[in-house]
Order: sequence, then C-alpha cells, then structure tokens
Amino acid sequence: MIASSVSEAGRLLRSGETTALALLEDALDTASRTEAQLHAFLTIDSDGAREMASQADADLADGIDRGPLHGIPVALKDNMCTRGVETTAASQMLAGYIPPYDATVVARLRSGGAVITGKTNLDEFAMGSSTENSAYGTTYNPWDLSRVPGGSSGGSAAAVAAGSSLLAYGSDTGGSIRQPAALCGVVGMKPTYGTVSRYGLIAFASSLDQIGPFARTVEDSALALSSIWGHDPLDSTSYPGPYPDPTAALDRGVDGLRVGVVTELSGEGFEPAVEAATADMVARLEKGGVEVSEVSLPTFDIALSAYYLIAPAEASSNLARFDGIRYGLRVDGSTTEELMARTRAEGFGPEVTRRILLGTYSLSAGYYDAFYGQAQRVRAAIQEDFARAYAEVDVLVSPTSPTVAFEAGARVADPLAMYLSDICNIPANMAGHPAISVPVGLDDAGLPIGFQVMAPALGEEVMYQVAAEVERLAAFSLSPPAHGAAS
Amino acid sequence: MSWEPVIGIEVHVELMTASKMFCGCAVDFGGAPNTRVCPTCLGLPGALPVPNRTAIESIMAIGLALGCSVSERSVFHRKNYFYADLPKNYQISQFDIPVCSDGHLDIGVDGETRRIGIERAHMEEDTGKSTHLGSGGRIQAAEGTLLDFNRSGVPLVEIVSRPDIRSATEARVYAQELRAVVAELGVSDVRLEEGSIRFDANVSIRPDGEEAYGTKVEVKNMNSFRSLERAVDHEIRRQIELVESGGLVVQETRHWDEEAGVTHSLRVKEGSSDYRYFTEPDLVPMVMSPEWVAQIGDRLPELPAERRARYQSQGLEPGAAGSLSNLDDRLRVIYDEAVELGAPPRAVANWLTGEVVGWLRKSETAPDQLRLGAPDLAELVSMVDEGAVSSSAAKDVLDGVLSGEGSPREVAERRDLIQVRDTGALEAAVEQVLGANPKAVEELRAGEDKVLGFLVGQVMKATQGKADPRTVNQMIRDRVSG
Repeated sequence: MIASSVSEAGRLLRSGETTALALLEDALDTASRTEAQLHAFLTIDSDGAREMASQADADLADGIDRGPLHGIPVALKDNMCTRGVETTAASQMLAGYIPPYDATVVARLRSGGAVITGKTNLDEFAMGSSTENSAYGTTYNPWDLSRVPGGSSGGSAAAVAAGSSLLAYGSDTGGSIRQPAALCGVVGMKPTYGTVSRYGLIAFASSLDQIGPFARTVEDSALALSSIWGHDPLDSTSYPGPYPDPTAALDRGVDGLRVGVVTELSGEGFEPAVEAATADMVARLEKGGVEVSEVSLPTFDIALSAYYLIAPAEASSNLARFDGIRYGLRVDGSTTEELMARTRAEGFGPEVTRRILLGTYSLSAGYYDAFYGQAQRVRAAIQEDFARAYAEVDVLVSPTSPTVAFEAGARVADPLAMYLSDICNIPANMAGHPAISVPVGLDDAGLPIGFQVMAPALGEEVMYQVAAEVERLAAFSLSPPAHGAAS
Repeated sequence: MSWEPVIGIEVHVELMTASKMFCGCAVDFGGAPNTRVCPTCLGLPGALPVPNRTAIESIMAIGLALGCSVSERSVFHRKNYFYADLPKNYQISQFDIPVCSDGHLDIGVDGETRRIGIERAHMEEDTGKSTHLGSGGRIQAAEGTLLDFNRSGVPLVEIVSRPDIRSATEARVYAQELRAVVAELGVSDVRLEEGSIRFDANVSIRPDGEEAYGTKVEVKNMNSFRSLERAVDHEIRRQIELVESGGLVVQETRHWDEEAGVTHSLRVKEGSSDYRYFTEPDLVPMVMSPEWVAQIGDRLPELPAERRARYQSQGLEPGAAGSLSNLDDRLRVIYDEAVELGAPPRAVANWLTGEVVGWLRKSETAPDQLRLGAPDLAELVSMVDEGAVSSSAAKDVLDGVLSGEGSPREVAERRDLIQVRDTGALEAAVEQVLGANPKAVEELRAGEDKVLGFLVGQVMKATQGKADPRTVNQMIRDRVSG
C-alpha cells in the first residue's frame, strides 16, 4: 500500500510523492487480488474512478485543494444513489437500476475531490448482520474467509480491512456500520441522527438510518465524517447546526473524563475473549486518567425487541414503492395487483420479506398500540435512560459486538441469533446518538474485537477524543491474512 | 315512517402553489405527461420530501376562514395503500393532529342560516393520474394503463364537515359556499371540471327523532354542484326505498353515474380500511407559532359571508347581496367605488348583476376587459334617477359605454336619448293630446287616475319617447286640476 491512512495519503499527495491516480491504481490492484475471495464490491467503476482521480490530480496541480478527501479512493455501500452508476441495495428488485441523481453524501464527496471506486456489497436493503442476505452473493471476512464480515455494511468493512479502499461509507440503522467494523478490525462510526443527509440513501428505517464512515484510523474516520456531514435542505430531518468539530480533541488525551461501562452489555451471550478485551481496555483507560464507573441502563434489555417492531414497520412502508410499476424489476401479471404482488414476491429475498411482514403486522389496526405504539414508548424510555447516564458520565463504553466474526451460514437459519449480533449497537440508534467502534485486539483465533464508545447527541468531539485514546492504547495492527502483499 | 337524511361532505382542494407539496416541481395543468416530475414525486429510491411553506400558509388561511383553530404543532402521517398512480404506495397525509380543526361554515338555505360544523382540514399530497386504455375508461377491462405523475405531489387540502347537512340542497349550498370561500382566499383555482376542487358525500338516513346515525355510504364522482345535489338526492331516496322494502344499507363506496342519474356500488368496505397510519419519519412536526397564525389571519380577505352582510347593511336585499357577492372581483370593485361616489347601492347592484353581466355574457367579454369605470356607472344611475334618460334608453346608453363610445352623457347625447324635461318644449304636445282626448280628460277629472297612464303614453308617442314621463305626468295633472 502506498499509504496506510487518509491523512498519510493526503500528505504524500500534497508533497508530490504520489498522485490520486497512483492511490487509485493501488486500491484497484488490491481489489483485483482480493475480490475473488472477498466479494466486497458489487460494482467497481474503474473508468469513472480514473476520471475522478485524473481530475483530482489536475486540480491539485492547479492549486485547487478540495479538502482532506481530495484524491482519496472511497467506496460506497450500494444503497447510496450514484448518478449514472448502478445502485441495487443488493436486491434483485433493483437489478440494473441506474439512479438519475446523486445522494447528497455522494455529491459532497465529489465536490470534496474524493475518488469513488465502486459500490460495496450489503445485506439486501441493509437488512442483516452478516452480508449473507445479498441477492448477489456473500462477502467474506478478510481475517478468515470462512467467516462473515458482519453486516449490513459488510462490503465496505471488508474493502477497508483488505485495503481495496482507503475509506468507505456505510449506513447504520441498528449497528450496520459498527458491527461489521468490529468484525473486520476497522474503525466504524455512526453519527448523531440528522447530521448526515439521508437524501439519496435508499431507506430502510428512516428514523434510524444514518450514513457514516469506515476507516483504518480514528483520525481518518473524523476527517471522513467532517467531509460529508452538515445541514441539507433536501432532508427535512437534517440538523441545522452548529456542528461540533470531530477532530478538535483527537490529541487531547482522556485525563479527567468520566467513562461509564454499561452493565447490561455483558454476561450471557458475550464471548469471554470479547469481555476480556473490553475489561482490559477499560482498565487501561482508567490508568490513563479517566474516572470509570459501572452504569446500568435497564431499557437496553428491551431495546432489541422494540427495534424489531419500529425498524420493520418503517421498512414495510419505505419498501412499498418497489412495485414493478416505474423502475426496477417487473414480473408481469394479468392485473396491476397481480403484477405488483408477483414482482414483490420475486424481487425481495426472504429476510426482507420477513421484515415487511413483521412491520405490516405491527402497524395493523388492532395491533398498532400493542406493538408499534409500545415500541415507541420503549424508545422514549431508552432516551431517558441515556439522559440519566450522561448526567453522570461523558461517554459510555461496551463491546461493539458480543462475538467475533462468526462462520458463514451459522446463523442463516436462526434469525433471532442473527438479530442478537447487534444488541450492543441498537440503543444508540434508538436514541439518535453517535457511537464508534475501534478495534482493540484479536481473540485466540486471530479474529478482531471491537470496542464501542457512545456519546450523547452531537457529542462527536468527546466521542472521538476517547476513541483516539483507545486506538493509542490498543496499538492494533490492521493486517488481515487476506490482505496479502500490502500487510 | 319519516326519515331524516344525515350528510357529511369531504372536499379536496388542490392548491395553486408555484411548486408541489414536497418537491420543487411546478404545479400546473396540462402539458406533456411526466414532464413535471423529479425523484421525490416519482417515489424514486432514496428521495425525500421537503414541505412547502406556502402550502402550509394556504391551509392555515383556509382553516382560519372556516373558523377553525390552527394547531400549534401538527404532524404528517403516512397513509399506506397500494395503487399504481401512488408512486410511494403511501400518501403523505395527516391523521390525529391535523393543521386545522373545529370550525364551521354558515350557509343560507330558504332564507334560513344553517351552521355546518367543520371537523378538520388537513394537508396531504395528490396522486398521479391513471388512464385505462381500450375499455371505456374502466379498469376491469383495460388493455393497458398509462400513468402520468405530473399531478403527483400537488398539495391537497382535505376539508371534512361534520354530519350536519340534512338535505341535498344544503349539500349543494355548502359546497358552493365553501368553494366561494376558497376562491376568495386565492389559494386554489377551484375548477370543478379540472378536479382542482372535488366533493365526496357521506350519506345516511335515520328515522326522524332518532339520535344514532345510520350506516353511511360514500358517494363519489360528482363534477358539478348540480350533480352533487342530484347524487345526494338520489342516494337518500335509494336508501329510504331500500330500508322501507326491508333491506339494509351496507357501508360502501358508490359511484355517481351522471348520465343514468343513479349511483352504483364501487367497493364494499369491510370494516374500515386499514391504512396502517404512522408518523411520517422523513418529516419533523410542523410548528405553527401564534405569531405566524396571527399574521395569516391578518392577511385574510373579506369573506363572502362578511361581504353579503355588508351589502345588506348598505340596503341590499339578501338575494341581491348574494348575487352581487358572487360576481367577479372586478365588478364588485366597481360597485364599491360607485357607492363611494354616492350612487345608490341598490341601483348600482341591479345594473351590475343584470345588464352588465348580461352584456359580458352576450359579448363573450372577460370581466377584466370591461370598459366601465365606477364614475360611468354612478353617472348613468344618476341620469336615470333625475330623468335625463328613460330606464329603457339607459340600457342603450350602457351598451354604448361598454362598447367604448364614451361616457354615459356623451353616449346619450350622441344617440339622441336625452329625455325632454323642458315644460315649454313639451307644452304643444301636451295641449294637442289633451285636446284630442276630451273623454279621457273628463274621466281623469272625475278621479279615474288610471287614464293618466294612457294620456302620458300618448304624449310619449307624440314626442317619439324623448319626453320625460314624470315631467309629462306632472304637466297633465296641473292642466286637468287647474
């Protein structure tokens, strides 16, 4: 690899030691070596990327500097609309679908000089925790090709871990960035709800979805976030500002900060290696000057259940538009209703179908109050729990995932086991808070373990402050076996 | 047994904002299909709605004009149902917290004022349009369907009345009055034929004196006030006949067939449809501050009811006040200005609602092309009043003025329509008529006043209609009694 981080690549670009084109070819090279095994990408747009890289080089030569991502290869989860480039959400429903417009995040990346290399694999419509629900085949974990990369943004996580992209973006509705980041040993971050525009992100659950970055370092993650966030008039739920500076406190250390360890995110279902790595990092932080306390958030125990009522409910409505009438797959029928029903039956995979049915049920007359209504009350209670906790501590920490990467196929037949993969991640989505996963070590089998740092809404500055310290203390080396020559 | 009809009306008003409810596409009629569309109103993956502030202000104005309270906080909901011309397969609408609630509209029927309650007015978006091919427009037999999404996302206000309407006539008058209010606000072009205002009626019957409502039937597809009245009337009679012959009214939607003059069943509702309403997560709650509401309230124009009351206070009969109030804005301004100039309100109103409207219709002239200033009309009225022209000649004068021949006096002079009021000039004619009709003179002297008209008529004839009848009248009386 020419550069091991965005910040390093930026320095080399600006000093003339490398070019955007060289960085791109390096990434494409890695992809060509690893893709057959990993299948992280659904589309690699080499031609488009080369054009963007050439433009980035020409701009720099002309003295035009578009910011930290200028000339940096970036991969996008294939649920973000890219004008002129196929966008499928890993569904048969959108096979061959070419959006006529760019998502706001994509537009910002383009104007920031980033080089978009391609579209990464995901669980269909971002529903899943292993990337096995893709209609176009599973993505595998660069650390162990028999294992899953996590999901739903597994393609983006695997691409960054393997070095086929220096940076990638995913979306996190209930852990879909942090969990795969943990399983692939990279830094994955979900921003405060409303800070990154959802315009052009193919919706799963609108009140929970948020785009965020995958990076090799905490600093890169902060740079990648500041390059895409900010108010967007095209998204009514967009936060108008002011915005914190994610990079402001990276070097400040953690002396005097109060860190709460979440009681509920331990014990049954958590692998010993994961618990040990978490406890070890907490101990090191304490040595580093933080005030550690154990904090109980009882609603975390029911957050997963509430999530599986709210997210599918919104999904059942969001995915109603895929009906074969205007775009995407069409399976003909003798009436309009039959056409729609056949298209949807054929176009959606089993997990998407399951969630649409679940969501439709929970919104139905007579069940609404017991299901969707009750789940909204739980959501409010989670927010109150968080508020109580953040009155006492600056950040909350936990494992990112109760387990390391699991074997492909292991949980396919057991949706509940699959859903439990995200148990540590869902509370932050339900509250709309930022959270980040930082790799802290490997288990005995050499599989990465992630450490999660949660902060209150708009608390990205302190969240990155702690994450940077975790990164320094862990001194984790991103060197997956499938990473090959670049490691 | 005697039955009482119970009717509620749902009105959909398309707002004529510059852009659609949730995107920047233009709101307009006509044009090639699917030319006013974008990712949002086509329901493309990833597209999001952004509310139109002007539309919110329009519904606030409608609500305030109907005496509704405007909610300080209002929420959009998704109404979920699958239909080919509904791009997202849900409609962004409102459910339990509409923008406006609890208002009323007063209507005048048979000289009585009836207050019809307004339950709510809420904001939503329109659907696209389906055209079924090769089937006489019927979906069941269609060979294909064309979809046009130009209308998709046009802002719609739904106004729901309480079931306070008791007859087909009241239903029509309610609809007409509501349309007049919305037209006055200038927020919609309220054209029934183009569907920019649409009326659906919920009709049920109950035995006189019964409190509980009967089963209601929704009647759709009325595209004129007359068809609304006919459809409701037909539906009331259908239900009475059905119940009296031992049948039961079923809850259903019925389609009004204008040609056949009947309603026929469209779909039977099994319970209420389950639209799985839930809060639209792509939008944040709307906040209507008291200051904003007050600002909209201050900008409300004079509403039809207020205007009719003002006209009546100026001396107009209720009927005349209503006719004048319904006139084009341009004509009403002429009325106001002429009255301001001192012209008698009743006469001015009569001229405008009668002759002027008739002339516009006959000459197919738009009101804004009218060549009639308030001073002209005031002058004409005063010329008739002082007898300078007869009332029949005045119509010719008006015609001349409207045709651009000049002021009333100029036209009257040019067309030689000024009445002779100079007694000296009329002397000879009066003498001659009295001399030629001694018998009539005798009868008049004996107190038979009815021959006076005959004698005046003779003088008018002798002067080719140019004499002022009132002057002639007085001259004859003077001669006969003198």
